[in-house]
Amino acid sequence: MKVRYAHPPGHVRTPAYVKGRQGVVERLCGTYPNPEERAYGRSGLPAQPLYRVRFRQTELWPNYRGSISDTVDVEIFHHWLEPA
Amino acid sequence: MAQHPSQSPHDTGGQPAGPVERTEHDYLLWEKRVDALLVLLSHDDKRHMTVDELRRNIEGLGSAAYQTLSYYERWMHAIAQTLIQRGVISVDELGRKIADVEHRAAHGEL
Repeated sequence: MKVRYAHPPGHVRTPAYVKGRQGVVERLCGTYPNPEERAYGRSGLPAQPLYRVRFRQTELWPNYRGSISDTVDVEIFHHWLEPA
Repeated sequence: MAQHPSQSPHDTGGQPAGPVERTEHDYLLWEKRVDALLVLLSHDDKRHMTVDELRRNIEGLGSAAYQTLSYYERWMHAIAQTLIQRGVISVDELGRKIADVEHRAAHGEL
């Protein structure tokens, strides 16, 4: 999957350092009311799937000096992901 | 990577930072009270606010305040903002109450 490269001005749960980067879905964590809607006092329904996405550190940091196999997991809502 | 102009001050992943403080510390009484206040306000029985509204208002503090305030000071400001936005309390009520508490503190009544 690829994380959408978008910078809406409101409350988002996707950290900047993964935007536009490719990773693989490690697991589905469940479905939850959308926090980006709940942040404005709305219900956030219908609940959205939340995925744990695994990124290679070398994909995220251009000057990464550790092992090529080092990874980081970030939990990302469905609407932030698109096919790689 | 260069920061996008709309990236808010809390979104710091990957930016240079100082060493991590590894010491444990106790919370002060007022910090525990602020924590308890959010638990009560967001409880299913009341639903006066959500943790997502807390986060949005913390992010909205602006970079100078975000850097200067302590963790629970940010919570305190964000809880007040949320309750005003939701109409649970008014700006005027909060202002009068703060003045009242400041007056009592100045006269040793707290």
